[in-house]
Amino acid sequence: MLAQIFAITGINIKSIPERWATSLVIVIGLAGVVAVFTALLAMANGFSSTLRATGRQDAVIMMRGGSDAELNSGLDREQTDLLKQMPGIRLGADGKPQSSAEMMVIAELIRKDDTKNGANITVRGVDPAAFALRPNLRIVNGRNFTPGLRELIVGAGVLRQFQGAEIGKVVRMRGSDWTVVGAFESGDAHDSELWTDINVARTTFGRTGSSSILAALDGADGLEKLKAGVAADPRLNVDVIRELDYFNAQTKQFRATIGFLAGIVTLIMALGAVFAALNSMYAAVAARGKEIATLRAIGFGGTPVLFSVMIEALLLALSGGILGALIAYVLFNNMSVSTLGQNFTQVVFNFKVTPALVIQGLIIAVVIGMVGGFLPALRAARLPVTTSLREQ
Amino acid sequence: MTKTGFVIANLFRKRTRTVLTLLSVIMAFLLFGLLQSVNSIFNAGQNFVGATRLMTQARVSFTQPLPISMVPKLEAIPGVARVGYSQWFGGVWQENTPVFAFAVDPLRQRDVYPEYSMPDAQWQAFANTRTAMIAGKVVADKYGWKVGQKIPLASNIYPQKNGSKAWAFDLVGIYDGTTEDTKKLAQNVFINHDYFDEANAFGKGRANFFILKLADGKQAEAISKTVDTMFENSPDETKTQTEKDFNLGFVKQVGDIGLIVRWILFAVFFTLLLVVGNTMAQSVRERIPELAVLKTLGFSDGAVLGFVFAEALALCLFGGLIGLVLATLAGAMVEKGSGGQFQLSPDLRVWLLGVTAILVMSIVVGLLPALRARRLRIVDALAGR
Repeated sequence: MLAQIFAITGINIKSIPERWATSLVIVIGLAGVVAVFTALLAMANGFSSTLRATGRQDAVIMMRGGSDAELNSGLDREQTDLLKQMPGIRLGADGKPQSSAEMMVIAELIRKDDTKNGANITVRGVDPAAFALRPNLRIVNGRNFTPGLRELIVGAGVLRQFQGAEIGKVVRMRGSDWTVVGAFESGDAHDSELWTDINVARTTFGRTGSSSILAALDGADGLEKLKAGVAADPRLNVDVIRELDYFNAQTKQFRATIGFLAGIVTLIMALGAVFAALNSMYAAVAARGKEIATLRAIGFGGTPVLFSVMIEALLLALSGGILGALIAYVLFNNMSVSTLGQNFTQVVFNFKVTPALVIQGLIIAVVIGMVGGFLPALRAARLPVTTSLREQ
Repeated sequence: MTKTGFVIANLFRKRTRTVLTLLSVIMAFLLFGLLQSVNSIFNAGQNFVGATRLMTQARVSFTQPLPISMVPKLEAIPGVARVGYSQWFGGVWQENTPVFAFAVDPLRQRDVYPEYSMPDAQWQAFANTRTAMIAGKVVADKYGWKVGQKIPLASNIYPQKNGSKAWAFDLVGIYDGTTEDTKKLAQNVFINHDYFDEANAFGKGRANFFILKLADGKQAEAISKTVDTMFENSPDETKTQTEKDFNLGFVKQVGDIGLIVRWILFAVFFTLLLVVGNTMAQSVRERIPELAVLKTLGFSDGAVLGFVFAEALALCLFGGLIGLVLATLAGAMVEKGSGGQFQLSPDLRVWLLGVTAILVMSIVVGLLPALRARRLRIVDALAGR
């Protein structure tokens, strides 16, 4: 049986060039479906992984109770000072708790390909401890800002997507001028931000306190100690969240939306591709009616014929799928885009075409190939031999 | 046998092939209809009355509030008829369903948004009751709110002075739009700014937006400049733009949705062209001898070309129209299911685009086969050469 299948499949495949137009339809159709699917999910992937890379297991963000984003949170001076010293926070080499008060301010920059419409960018005022708490953040150009001066360092993502924040440029915020003195890279959501000294930010914008506190946990039970300490103090209505969990939660909305869109689009396209594949395979079977009938007449069984047609369909579908994945990879992988994050500021991220994604795309291609190949294969296997031999 | 009958009969010669091609066309246009509607949602500014309203926000971001003391200065500008103000409340219904809630001055709100209608008694109740709230018909219907109920709404930003983020308001009125478009937008909740100011723990006298109703829409650009220059170099720098531009700017921040939609549709239509083109090519190739017979009988070259084009048009038109109808139905279902939040239904503009696409596609897929049919020489065709 296997030998028969191989033989017939061999004939089928060698004769594909005769039917190149119809076969091309399947390949291109599937390439389209897989390319669109891969591109959309690469976008979702890129956004998630940028946000998820931000944040450690052993650090926590503390915000005002009930805020779901740093933007909505605000802690006053007293609360800020209290929280920075809470038990459960790891002590640094200098004996001081490793915690950083951080303040969110919003600046406006113009996109690189635009002339008028600005987009909101996060400016983060930080304590000196912020750098130690984020070991993957490095200054790659220029220098760090000087505490006490209106200086900014700009993230790599901002430089990729927006203009007006290059080293040496002056950014205007609420009537004050700030100079960009350096650029940093951290491989996560912070690349979409501008950083400065929190004290200068406080005095310039007339604010005290902070938006949030970032702190390193002390040991395995650091989180409980911290939460207990916060709960015990009636002056503090504060949420304590692991940094990793906080950023994880921020991706949910975007993933859900894109996932939904990708699902619907892929479903409709896949249906279209199935119909196109059915069409092509029926045509293929019809074109070779005499051939198949001859094979049956000389003794090949019906089942090998069925398998051979299905294998032809699968091979065409798979090549289409691979082509589609390749197109998505070449065109979109690492393409930089930005969109609105939870704080109504921009998050810059790259499309990420992962092996897992490619495999998912190929599975879709295979399924479509099988569905599109089955009925025609059945018809081929059941062809009435004598009448087909006589056909034109 | 009429000419039309002839075209249709030819179409259904190979029924399976025609049906499957038709289905592919339907799927493509279903996607087209839905995606173009998504595109419309993201790119349509609000055209109604919008041209006579300006939105003033803090230059840097609308998340930064401005002081209400700016209102008299704004109203003093010649050409400004009325100024309303609005503060984002961060409303949450039940566990975590977000609600678009704003703290406004009731009577000013009524003046700057004349396209919304509500009985005057309800406006007065809104103005006179401290804890009053009004809701748009769309959102009120969605959650089953009735006038007279006390609605518990939480804020994810502002706690009350007692520290709790749970608020409650008396629903004294439900407003609705006066036109088809505005009815769809009646999905906000408004509370009394005075009450909000005195009850919230974070201070008073601020607003995220000032809404300037102009006496004459043509002065929009000039007045925008006047406002922004007035507050330049102050700690409360402003950005003023027409409401339409504000919406557009906001959407642009989400990203270039239009580009993504265009890419997807490009991929889809390219493939479709191939599918239908292939079908047409095959269909004509099989019937070369028949077309030769037609020519023998006296049909001109042009007539034969016409037959092929008509066949292509029939295929694309039939499939395309069904696809657009399905998109409209699907969109209507989504709209109902989401309580009017997602208006995915293809409107007139999308339909026009769709029909244009159908016509263009018919011409493209029909062209080569039709030319072939036109050029065939009777003798060669009949002999099978």
